[in-house]
Amino acid sequence: MPDGYKVPVMAKVTFTANLRQHVECPPIEAPGRTVRDVLDAAFRENSKLRSYVLDDQGAVRKHMVIFVNGRAIADRATLSDPVAEGAEIYVMQALSGG
Amino acid sequence: MSDRIYAATRKGLFTIDRGPAGWKVSRAAFLGSTAGLVLIDRRTGDVFTTLGHGHFGSKLHRSTDRGGTWKEIGAPAYPKKPEGLSDKDGGGNEIDWSLKAIWALAAGGPNEPGALWAGTIPGGLFRSTDSGATWSLVRPLWDNPKRHEWFGGGADQPGIHSVCVDPRDARTVRIGVSCGGVWTTRDGGETWACTADGMRAEYMPPDRALDPNIQDPHILVQCAAKPDAMWVQHHNGIFRTTDGARSWTEITTATPSVFGFAVAVHPKDPETAWFVPARKDEYRYPVDGKIVVSRTRDGGKTFEALRKGLPQEHAYDITFRHALDIDATGSRLAFGSTTGSLWVTEDQGDSWQTVSEHLPPIYAVKFE
Repeated sequence: MPDGYKVPVMAKVTFTANLRQHVECPPIEAPGRTVRDVLDAAFRENSKLRSYVLDDQGAVRKHMVIFVNGRAIADRATLSDPVAEGAEIYVMQALSGG
Repeated sequence: MSDRIYAATRKGLFTIDRGPAGWKVSRAAFLGSTAGLVLIDRRTGDVFTTLGHGHFGSKLHRSTDRGGTWKEIGAPAYPKKPEGLSDKDGGGNEIDWSLKAIWALAAGGPNEPGALWAGTIPGGLFRSTDSGATWSLVRPLWDNPKRHEWFGGGADQPGIHSVCVDPRDARTVRIGVSCGGVWTTRDGGETWACTADGMRAEYMPPDRALDPNIQDPHILVQCAAKPDAMWVQHHNGIFRTTDGARSWTEITTATPSVFGFAVAVHPKDPETAWFVPARKDEYRYPVDGKIVVSRTRDGGKTFEALRKGLPQEHAYDITFRHALDIDATGSRLAFGSTTGSLWVTEDQGDSWQTVSEHLPPIYAVKFE
């Protein structure tokens, strides 16, 4: 295995049930070592979903929140938070949005 | 004459039809979601509506069967903001290059099938050439340095709420910006000029009150038969042009007030226009709690306050900028309110019928 090669890990992404009335969003297993990588992979399967979760600059929408294993991610702009094998990612509504 | 009205509301899109028993709500779509605007594309009959999902962003849907079924289409999206770029509005606030709301929708000309325009917050104008499947930002306007003088009016960031495509030449388009005055292109969007000379802003320091580029037109409308005749309900008054927005004249005679959000112009008679007035700016409720529509038939020299059939006691309905419409014949008008009332006239406003007093807050009203 060449230096620097990282074995992709798989994470499970679950979307808030409130999104289901607008767009299909079943839970999905997707590969990646950061939240960005995992979500990019998930949106490749379901492109319409992207704009419901991320804004035009690719940041998390203001009133959305993403959890990795129960902790809200720190980097809402570029989603660089690391993801470990088997991580559970939840994309939820923030209560700040009412 | 149109027998159908669409009402976009806080809790969905309602279809109202005129049947043997009068005007009745016949269908509700997108219940629970906020519908903000309706566009009827007269070239095809297609109906478009915007949905503003608070958490999930603004989306666009199209119906090709008069509102029977809907399909989500593309929504305008801003391009990647260059790394390190500072893009501030006229109030010194950094502009986020991300769609906040679709605030205007218009169809292109008859010789431009599939062409649509969308005005948005935070100030970008978008054009589609494929009936809304994809959109692109009109860069010459977005990149115009004078855009940085615009600021938010009615929203945190500047927005384009009116797009008027000239029926004589679809390359001529005039837009209304809160707060950025009126802008005109005569070459389909390649070059733009601010065309709000004559407007006056009470909310600015005296030395900037006449600056065309900070004016707050609440809505801009155009007479279909005489496109050089346009009306603006402005933040602090009513303005009119008869020379295609080259110059504007303030109209001070409207009763019972010159404040409001909405205006409709007769499609054939540029001298006839309707307004839904309110007590000004810092209060924003109908004068004396009485709902009236004010109408001029002489280009703003005189106005009548029309009230037959409208509530005249403790009524606090406000009509927003897109919530007054006139049909293509000019005889029927409808307006909706923040408290969910919807009224229709079939005699140019002489008398009004109540369609409902219990709809959700109404943002836009459109005749089919």
